[in-house]
Amino acid sequence: MWEKKPFLFLILATAAMLVGTIITMVLPFVWVNTEADRIASVSPYTPLEQEGRDVYIREGCNNCHTQTVRPLVAEVLRYGEYSKSGEFAYDRPFLWGSKRTGPDLARIGGKYPDAWHTQHMAAPTAMIPRSNMPAYAFLGERSLDTGHTRRKMEVLGFPSTEEQIAGLEGKSELDAVVAYLQKLGSDIPWRQAAQTRVVGELTNPYLGDSSVIAEGEALYDQHCAVCHGKDLSGDIGPDIQDLDMADADLYQILYNGLPEGGMPAFDSLGSTRVWKLVNYIKYQKRH
Amino acid sequence: MDKPVYNHAIVRSFVTWSVVWGLVAVLVGVIVSFQMVLPELNFPPYLTFGRLRPIHTNAGIYGWGVGTIFAMFLYIVQRLCRVPLWSDRLATFQLWFFNATILVSAVTLLLGYTTSKEYHEMEWPIDVMVVILWVAFSINIIMTIVKRKEEQMYISLWYMLASIVGVAILYLVNSAAVPVSLFKSYSAFAGTNDANVQWWFGHNAVAMALTAPPLAMFYYFLPKSTGVPIYSHRLSIISFWSLIFMYLWTGAHHLLWTPVPDWIQTLAMAFSVMLIAPSWGSVFNGYLSMNGQWHQMRENYLVKFLILGITFYGLQTLQGPMQAIRSFSAFIHYTDWIPGHIHMGTLGWVSLIAFAGIYYLLPRIYGREVYSIPLANLHFWLVLIGQLIYSVSLWIAGVQQAGMWHSMEKDGSLTYSFMETMIEMYPYWWARAVGGVIYMLGLGVFIYNLILTVRKGKPASDAVGQTA
Repeated sequence: MWEKKPFLFLILATAAMLVGTIITMVLPFVWVNTEADRIASVSPYTPLEQEGRDVYIREGCNNCHTQTVRPLVAEVLRYGEYSKSGEFAYDRPFLWGSKRTGPDLARIGGKYPDAWHTQHMAAPTAMIPRSNMPAYAFLGERSLDTGHTRRKMEVLGFPSTEEQIAGLEGKSELDAVVAYLQKLGSDIPWRQAAQTRVVGELTNPYLGDSSVIAEGEALYDQHCAVCHGKDLSGDIGPDIQDLDMADADLYQILYNGLPEGGMPAFDSLGSTRVWKLVNYIKYQKRH
Repeated sequence: MDKPVYNHAIVRSFVTWSVVWGLVAVLVGVIVSFQMVLPELNFPPYLTFGRLRPIHTNAGIYGWGVGTIFAMFLYIVQRLCRVPLWSDRLATFQLWFFNATILVSAVTLLLGYTTSKEYHEMEWPIDVMVVILWVAFSINIIMTIVKRKEEQMYISLWYMLASIVGVAILYLVNSAAVPVSLFKSYSAFAGTNDANVQWWFGHNAVAMALTAPPLAMFYYFLPKSTGVPIYSHRLSIISFWSLIFMYLWTGAHHLLWTPVPDWIQTLAMAFSVMLIAPSWGSVFNGYLSMNGQWHQMRENYLVKFLILGITFYGLQTLQGPMQAIRSFSAFIHYTDWIPGHIHMGTLGWVSLIAFAGIYYLLPRIYGREVYSIPLANLHFWLVLIGQLIYSVSLWIAGVQQAGMWHSMEKDGSLTYSFMETMIEMYPYWWARAVGGVIYMLGLGVFIYNLILTVRKGKPASDAVGQTA
């Protein structure tokens, strides 16, 4: 019957398509971004962060970087606490992405100090030799276009003060992107929660064992040299040539990081490798 | 009996422009594939991977994909309805507005005006253009069908009509945004809702733009090329209704393990697996239509394109549901496997059918026989080999990458840092770039053959050639 009546056919086809649409696309609005998934500590973006987000969108960063950590063991270990719906309530548009050519950025906020991002964005391969990320040095040379900032905050319904808007004066696009990155995933106190509290006494299993120094050095070059320098003399991070610190304390810092100081946690390396790093950092001079 | 005077000029123009945009899509694709391995080939601010990749995808989907859909639908609708187009002027407007839309899209994306939503990156003024374009196209197709002289609507017309309403609904909802300026808007939806709407759109754009239309073409061109009817009309009816009903439930399989509510993910997974049935309904219908005709695979190059095309459709619709299963998605999602999958669909399925359609049309719209069948065969093998190198290398890459991402030591630590997993990708990315170059060579042979057909092709026999 519908084979001979195009309008009836159009109505039937539309109806067939609307069933799944209504159930899986319209219905979720009843729960998502309501009190059901709200997280009180999640806050809207500031004018600087929002402008940074818009630069991130303009440059298509989402083509290579995702922004959702899935609740999978290896993934939580690599990136941090898995993502919650309420954390994205202010994201218009969402930027979860679909391909990880580079690492996930959902928990990048607070992982590194600003200086790390500034240097990395300007010349990624200078820090990570075999990276295939394009250099974004030009962002540092461009001052932020604030022509639409007020209107943006109005449209999004985000609070902003005159001080914040005035504070954008003289900021570069790179400053804004870094501010945005530092906000990502840090609205919930997951770094503190993720820290491992060691029960009992920590003893260096390789004390006096020079055979692990070479392995420790290789790990250092890969994970630490970028910030503390190949010779431990410091760059983005402090000079650590003559650390006056107990092995156990150094282990704690490497394993859990110093969230307030911009030192990432290296718990994903595991206990064995962190101890080798401790031995390299503390005892390399004696060899 | 009076033969209707069909509008072939508009079909010729759409074929030409879709091929032009197809070449742009493949060329930009090859460029970004080299940027993946040689980051110094990024020239900021305009020529970076982040800005070029959306031009590649949108030129492919809308320039080449939708361009050929316009060409084929405008041809097929006249033949199946046995009447000329309802409005030639509207079709001419559609042609130039289509080119303007694609051109404005490419330029604005290069300038960094983007919404970031995949396959819908163009900013709101272009959304308005797309809506005008689609309305013009829809009215012409629907009105031509309304005044048809053939009472029955053949299955191809069903897929066409479904595509017309499907794309309209999807595009309108996903466009919802609040403008800040002419070049900037914010999505009307936030976070998890925005993600769910986007992938409801993203996956069903694949259904309504890259599945239903090539099926409409396949159901038309296969019987036309072989000279024997489709195996089962009933099977095509069942496949049609179950396909368009089930597809719309599956968008969230792009969002497995994300904060999207679990029950939506589960429904998406279940419906994705169920979709194998209607997809393979069409595959079997194609294969069974070849009963007693398989010798044509050797003798008729058109059949080769069509049957390989439907075969890739069959593989695509098995691999897709497999990826939509939670446990496999946990392993493979976000890796290079995914572009391997997508390109089997676009290069293998959609493009092979479109190539067959264009070859079939040439004698009918230009009144000239295809210049060289050996060149058409060379085209076939180059695009097939190029696509296989592309997809297979990235599937292997994806499995290796996933294995390394998830690999853990006995003490519960990760075996590899992210960079250690990434640098392993370089050889596969090189292979992919080479595959892309071979594919582009195939496209070059195709375009050369098209030009020589128009210039030097032998006049087609009266039976097929009736140029308006």
